[in-house]
Amino acid sequence: MNDKIYKIILFAAALVIPIVCGGVVYALVTDAYEAFDHFGFISFLTSSEWSYTDGDEHYGALPFITGTLMTTFLALLFCIPFSLPVALFVGEYFKGTKVAAVLSTVTDLLAGIPSIIYGLWGFYTLRPIIMELDISPQGSGILTASLVLAIMIVPYAASLSAEFIKMVPNDLKEGAYSLGATRAEVIRRVVFPVAGSGIFSSFVLAVGRALGETMTVTMLIGNTNTMPDSITSTGNSMASIIANQFGEASDLRLSSLIAIGLILFLITAVINLVGKMMIKRARIS
Amino acid sequence: MESIKPILEFNKTCVSYTKQTMAVKYVSATIDRNTITAIMGPSGCGKSTLLRAVNLMHNLYPNIRVDGEILLNGENILSMEPIDVRRRVGMVFQRPAPFPTMSISENVLAGYTLNGINLPKNERDATIERCLKSVALWDEVKDVLNKKGTFLSGGQQQRLCIARALAMKPDVLLMDEPTSALDPIATKHIEELLQELQKEVTILIVTHNMGQAMRISSKSMFMYLGELVEYGDTAMMFSNPADERTKAYLTGKMG
Amino acid sequence: MKDKLMLWLICILSALTAVPLFAILGEVLLRGYDQLSWSFFTEPTPTAYRAMKAIQAGEPIPGGIANGIVGTMIMLGMAVVFAVPIGILCGAYLAENPKRRFAKVVSYLTDMLQGTPSVIIGIITYIWVVVPMKGYSAIAGSVALFIMMLPLIIRSTEETIKILPASLKEAGLALGGNRARVMLRVQLPAAFGGIFTGVLLAISRVIGETAPLMFTALGCSFVRFAVDKPISAVPLLIWEFFNDPNLQELIWGASLFLLLFVLTLNITAKYLAKKWNQ
Repeated sequence: MNDKIYKIILFAAALVIPIVCGGVVYALVTDAYEAFDHFGFISFLTSSEWSYTDGDEHYGALPFITGTLMTTFLALLFCIPFSLPVALFVGEYFKGTKVAAVLSTVTDLLAGIPSIIYGLWGFYTLRPIIMELDISPQGSGILTASLVLAIMIVPYAASLSAEFIKMVPNDLKEGAYSLGATRAEVIRRVVFPVAGSGIFSSFVLAVGRALGETMTVTMLIGNTNTMPDSITSTGNSMASIIANQFGEASDLRLSSLIAIGLILFLITAVINLVGKMMIKRARIS
Repeated sequence: MESIKPILEFNKTCVSYTKQTMAVKYVSATIDRNTITAIMGPSGCGKSTLLRAVNLMHNLYPNIRVDGEILLNGENILSMEPIDVRRRVGMVFQRPAPFPTMSISENVLAGYTLNGINLPKNERDATIERCLKSVALWDEVKDVLNKKGTFLSGGQQQRLCIARALAMKPDVLLMDEPTSALDPIATKHIEELLQELQKEVTILIVTHNMGQAMRISSKSMFMYLGELVEYGDTAMMFSNPADERTKAYLTGKMG
Repeated sequence: MKDKLMLWLICILSALTAVPLFAILGEVLLRGYDQLSWSFFTEPTPTAYRAMKAIQAGEPIPGGIANGIVGTMIMLGMAVVFAVPIGILCGAYLAENPKRRFAKVVSYLTDMLQGTPSVIIGIITYIWVVVPMKGYSAIAGSVALFIMMLPLIIRSTEETIKILPASLKEAGLALGGNRARVMLRVQLPAAFGGIFTGVLLAISRVIGETAPLMFTALGCSFVRFAVDKPISAVPLLIWEFFNDPNLQELIWGASLFLLLFVLTLNITAKYLAKKWNQ
C-alpha cells in the first residue's frame, strides 16, 4: 500500500463525520419543514398550545422550550455547590492523594450510570421524599427532574473544573502564601481567577449535557403539555416530549416533534461548540 | 566507477523553516566513504537540521523547505523517493527508541517489516545474529530475543536501535547525538562500536561533546548560525582551527 | 479558623456527592438481587397476561430478559464492527493532519456529534433507516449506536496517537517504512492500550442508551436473531417494565444486570488505562 492510497483511506474515514453531520441537519430540516411551513417559524416557537385532536391540530414548542430551560437552569443551580467543592477537593486540597483518586473514581462511576437507571432511582426514591415533604402532591415535576439531572451533571462539571484547578501554577499560589494569605484567600484571589475561564467552560459543557438528557426527565417531569407555572409543576422538556410522543405520532405531529428536535439540536450544538472553544482557549493560556 | 564518486556530497544545501529564517545556509561539503564525520556547533546552529535533511526527514513537515543538492553516490536525493533514500540512509536518534510493541528480534527486522519485505526464516535469523553481533549485543540478549526491547538498559536500547538501522545495510548512518542520553560507560561502548562500524558504513554524527568528536571522528564540521564555518581533519581542526569562531567554540568561549 | 471551616465544608459537600452512587447501587442491588437466577438470563420476557396470572396466584413472575440481552449484543456487535475501524482511521487522520483546515472542521463536527442528545440520534436514524426500510429493525438500532460510538472512538484514538513520542514515528520512517506501515506496525500497536480503553468506554456509554432505541429497534418480546426485524435490548426492557404495572417486579433485576455490566466495563477500562500507562 503506498502513501497515496493510505491518505485516501484516512481521508475517506474522516469524511464520514461531515457526511453524518450534514445528514443530521439535512434530515431534520427537511422533515421539520412541514411544521414550520404550517404554523410559521416564529409562532411555532412562541405558541404554547399542543393539541392533537383530529381536525383541530395545533402544535407549539414554547411549553417544552420553557421546560428544558427551567430544568437545565435549576440543575445547573443545584450542581454548582457540589461540583465546585469536589473540584477543589480533587484539584487543590487533596491533589494527588489516594482520597482524591477515590473521589474521582466515584464521580467517574456516577457519570457512567445509564440515564434510565437515574430515572428509576428518582422515581422510586426521590419522588416519595418530595411527596413526603409536601413540596408537590404527585412528586413528579420540574423540580424532581432537575434534582436528578443535577446529580447526573456534577461529574462532568467537577472533573473538568478539577483539571483546570490542578493546572494553576504553584509559584502563583506560593507567592500569595508568602504574602500571608490564608488558603481560602488563595483560592478566592488566585485559584479562581486563574482557573476561572476553564471552570466556567466546564459548566457550559455540563449545561450542554443537561439540555438533551432524555430518559431521566421523561420519567420524572410528569409529562404534561401545558406551560409550567412554577418549579414544582409538571411539564415536558423538548427531549421528553419527543421520547413520549414520537412513537405514536404521524404527519403534522411527527413533523412538529422533529422541528422540536431541530431546535434542541441547534441549541446543544451551539452550547457545545462554545464550551469546547472556551476550553481550548483556557487550556492554551 | 561508483567508488570514484564520493559517497555523500552537500552542494549549497539550504533548509528553511519559514520564508524568513534559514536554519541551514548554503552548506557544501564532501564526505568520504567509510569515515566518521562529526558535526559540531552550539545549540541551534543547524547541525541536527542538516543531518535530518540527509534522509529526507524534513519531508514530513510540509512547511520546511530544502534547497540545493545532496548527492548520494552522485544522485541527488532531493529528487528521489523518500522511502528509497531512507532505506539507504539509516538514522539513530538522540533518545533510544526501540518500538515498544515489538520484541528484540522484531525490532532488528523492523526495517524489513515496515518495507513489506518478508525474509525467509534462515535469512531472518542470520540478519538478527549479524546485526546484534556487530553492535556487540548478541551475547547479552541471545536468550531473550522474544522479549520486548524496552526492558533493556539505555545503552543496550541504543545499540539495538543501531542494529535496527544496520539491518537494512545502509550506505550511510546518521546519528543525532546518540549518546547524550547515556551514561559514560554506555557511551564508551557505543564509541568503540562506531570505530568498528566505519569499516562497513559511512557515519555522520552530530555531537555536543567535543571530546567525543576528537576520539572517534576523522573529519569534523563546525557549524554556526546555519553556516558551515569550517570542515577538515579533526586533529587539525582541534589543534589549529582556521576560523576565529571555531576557536572560540573549541576553547569553550561559545555555546 | 475560616480555613478550617472551608476545608470541612468542602469535605462534607464532596462526601455528599458520593451519596447518590451508593444510594443507587444499594437500591438496585437490594431490590434486584433476589430476581437474578439462571432462568432470568435464559428466558424471554413474559406476556402481561402470564405475569398477571402469576401475580394473582402469588407466585414470582416467570421469565427473564434473554430477549433483551441477545438484542443488545447483536446491535452492539454490529455497531462495534463498523465504529471501531472507521473511528480508528478517522482518529488517525486527525492525529496525522492536525494543521489541515479540513481536519479542524472534522474535529469540531466530532465534538458536536458527541454532544448531540441521544434522542436526536434516534430521530435521525428513524428518518434514515426505519422509514426507507419500512419498519423497525436491529439494523436501525445498531446504526444509532454506531453514530453515538463513533465520536468517542475517534477522540480516544486521536489523543492516544498524539501523545506518542514523535521519535517513534520518525524512527519508523527513518527505516524506510511508508506512512501506512509505520501507522499499522508502530503507531497503532503503541497506541493500542489507549484505543482499547476508548472502545470499552464507548461501549459502556451506549449500552445503557434507551431513547435512540425506542424509535429504531422498538422492542420484541421473544429471543430473535433476525437483523431486519424489531428487536429488544436491556434498557428497552427496563423502559417497558417501568410502564407496565404487571411487569414492575422485573425492573430491578434488569437494572442490576445493566448497572453491573456498565460499571464493570468502566472499571476495567480505567484499570487497563492505568496499567498500560506505567
